[in-house]
Amino acid sequence: MKTIFEKSKVGSIGTEIKKQNVPKYELPEWHKREILDIPEVSEVEVVRHYTNLSRRAFGVDNGFYPLGSCTMKYNPKVNEEVAQMRGFTDIHPLQNEENAQGALKVIYLLSEYLCEITGMDDITLQPAAGAHGEYTGLKLISEYHKSRGDLKRNKIIVPDSAHGTNPASATLAGFEVINVKSDEEHGVDLEELKKVVGDDTAALMLTNPTTLGLFEKNIVKIAEIVHGAGGKLYYDGANLNAIMGVVRPGDMGFDVIHLNLHKTFSTPHGGGGPGSGPVGCKKEFACFLPGPKVEKYGEEYFLVNLPESMGKVGSFYGNFLVYLKALAYILTLGKEGIPYSAQCAVLNANYLKTKLQKKYDTEKKRHCMHEFVVSIKKIKEETGVSAMDIAKGMIDGGIHPPTMYFPLIVDEALMFEPTETETKETLDAAIELLNELYAKAYSDPETLKTAPHNAVIRRPDEVLAARKPVLRYVKPVE
Amino acid sequence: MSNYVPHTEEDIKSMLKAIGVKSTIELYSDVPKKLLLKELNIPKGITQQEVLEFMQKLADENTVYKAVLRGAGSYRHFIPSVVKNLSSRAEFVTAYTPYQAEMSQGILQVIFEYQTMICNLTGLEVSNASVYNGASAAAEGILMCRERNKSKAIILGNIRPDTRATITTYTEDLGLEIIDIAFDEDLQGLKEALDDQVACVYVEQPGYYGQIIDAKKVGDVVKESGAKYIMGCNPISLAILKSPGECGADIAVGDAQPLGLPLGFGGPYLGFMACTEKMMRKIPGRIVGETVDAEGKKAYVLTLQAREQHIRRERALSNICSNQALCALTATIYLSAVGKQGLIDVANECVNLSHYFKNELSKVQGVEFVEGEFFHEFVTITPGKADIILSELNKVNILGGLKLDRDRILWCVTETVSKECLDLVVDLIRGLV
Repeated sequence: MKTIFEKSKVGSIGTEIKKQNVPKYELPEWHKREILDIPEVSEVEVVRHYTNLSRRAFGVDNGFYPLGSCTMKYNPKVNEEVAQMRGFTDIHPLQNEENAQGALKVIYLLSEYLCEITGMDDITLQPAAGAHGEYTGLKLISEYHKSRGDLKRNKIIVPDSAHGTNPASATLAGFEVINVKSDEEHGVDLEELKKVVGDDTAALMLTNPTTLGLFEKNIVKIAEIVHGAGGKLYYDGANLNAIMGVVRPGDMGFDVIHLNLHKTFSTPHGGGGPGSGPVGCKKEFACFLPGPKVEKYGEEYFLVNLPESMGKVGSFYGNFLVYLKALAYILTLGKEGIPYSAQCAVLNANYLKTKLQKKYDTEKKRHCMHEFVVSIKKIKEETGVSAMDIAKGMIDGGIHPPTMYFPLIVDEALMFEPTETETKETLDAAIELLNELYAKAYSDPETLKTAPHNAVIRRPDEVLAARKPVLRYVKPVE
Repeated sequence: MSNYVPHTEEDIKSMLKAIGVKSTIELYSDVPKKLLLKELNIPKGITQQEVLEFMQKLADENTVYKAVLRGAGSYRHFIPSVVKNLSSRAEFVTAYTPYQAEMSQGILQVIFEYQTMICNLTGLEVSNASVYNGASAAAEGILMCRERNKSKAIILGNIRPDTRATITTYTEDLGLEIIDIAFDEDLQGLKEALDDQVACVYVEQPGYYGQIIDAKKVGDVVKESGAKYIMGCNPISLAILKSPGECGADIAVGDAQPLGLPLGFGGPYLGFMACTEKMMRKIPGRIVGETVDAEGKKAYVLTLQAREQHIRRERALSNICSNQALCALTATIYLSAVGKQGLIDVANECVNLSHYFKNELSKVQGVEFVEGEFFHEFVTITPGKADIILSELNKVNILGGLKLDRDRILWCVTETVSKECLDLVVDLIRGLV
């Protein structure tokens, strides 16, 4: 499809801007710019352009999206309606507290519910995404150690199965990263952990369930080892959907956590954001949270800055309109709906795993949590068909592929996370498709290696894209 | 009990049977028994109708003003209906980051168009797919300039307090010292502070108090020192002001909230970042590039991923993963909808109305100003009267400027404020000072 720039025609007017009868003010010449290249397109052409582009996109509303570690559950429409209420969308972040009581109450209530669901004492909603939350949480830990004069704790331990954001966030927060190997069951290797913890350990970052979709059975022992060395335990909340309302990170021994409201709490991903990554903590970290915080005195809500705060991590109070969707979701599900949803997410994942494991290699001895990882290694050895090829074959079948080649510790990995909002019929159809792809890998591998065949494009040349970057539209010279 | 699980009791039974367990809780056998939670201490679930009623009540507890004369980093502009309508299309809203290019050409192309718009506005060659907000864009911009042997970054003039605080957070543990230099016309302070330890100079145009400066002159001085030059900009002002590229900037950052995003009590907003081609491999975040598919047809993909956390882990340039894609899409549609002339019109209306307002205020005895050229924000000085002015405006459902102290107010006028409203505000202030 042509870009909007190629549809531009000099003199075309889109939505007109109201002009008022006030004198024109001339800025000094030296301030003025020379060229401005913004498209000139009529309104109906703008509508058709972006409507047609939307038809070349695929969301949860279009179909099954089992992208592991991303929790692509249904994004309820009622949440969207709440976030479009003018009393929320059209209020200024710096209007007086007494004129924004409803907004402050939203922040307060959501904070309370999230603390209860995670077993934490306090929370900030401000981080704008999961990685931003990791950064904020690690800075909290850094401030905590510094405040105690414990200055040599400059290392963050990260398992080799961790999300890439974990080590990247640790570096950004000024820490050194120590990678620790997983054991045979893909959990933290306790002996390895004992070797690396010490008086320079700031914290261990952990995802539980792990990125293999397995519950870390040794979590209590791990907490003892890390705490015993004076370190803290950080919880990456990417996989909270498996356990919300069933077991709480705070009860497992975690000190600081981040959540992804755009995963666990049903707020949409928007094609890559805006997300929201609240950071919860135990009380000894609370005084370091970023400001301002919402506090309640009597029936009124106030914004309060904490004197020992770690400072700010972004503008204003974070992605407020996203909080509304998460709050609407928690209010809808309530105390029973939350654990029920988690259990059904685990049910769906185990059902899919059980049915697939007849043909595909995956963990067979243990139940998985909300997701599981399949290895295409054997298929690849026997047929040449890779994880990527299976994924691309799924596109032709109308299903969004799972996460590919992650976690890094599994060869030819495909990570499936069906979520609780998929029907049994959807899962059965996916199983049928994957069985067909398995058969095709042996009968007609070439077709799979060149898949997809029915999408709007064939496989793109990524090497060319990186070697000769074309990162914006430039008008051809006439 | 309300929830979004589609299963019937029969479904659940047959799935449990297929797995070979009796209940869903049996699937949690790896969880130590003593850790299992008995009950969540939150309210019972309610119906969607009740949720809407509850949330509407909260929404009604916020004041929606008939006129907003407050900016300071958050700006009420007119948002065309097409912007709201198109940006809420479910295919865009409910998709993930476009990892699977074949299924995501629509989103990838929108981001490619967004990058082009940002490049064209800033006059620079490379844009990323967005970061969280203007404050984090500024902090990431400064981090892009890190070099061995350079330990300082200069902030010239007044910048937004949130941005300033965020820069401190991001730089304090990484060995970068931030030096604030006041702006003077001759740039004497800047010249004295620039030594070979300075990695970059960050300036906001317009500044926190609305002022606009000769940013090219600053650029010339910075360039000569060998430091990088970063400009923080309001994208609406870029319709008419010299672009960062024309001013010699290496990096331009800012918050693109004014491009079609509502006030939204502060978020989600849209951090934009652009840089010269030379710095292309240092810019953080997602980037979309154009390429061809196996049949030679045009295609878009996420590219230059070797910079990113999922490949480089602890050696990545930044930790960013999710950004503000839907906000970038909204800004792209906004720019397409108003078009080149519309954007210039919005900027000119802001300039004309705010200068009309200032001019009318200048006729009122007792109102003084912080002087200097400005875009659409300026500061009044009314000794001891800031509170009374703002509270009287509040009574007539007008959100006045931001109180800076008991004397000074920072005003902002956009195209959403009518001339009649400005006349009314001037009359009201006349009666108070």
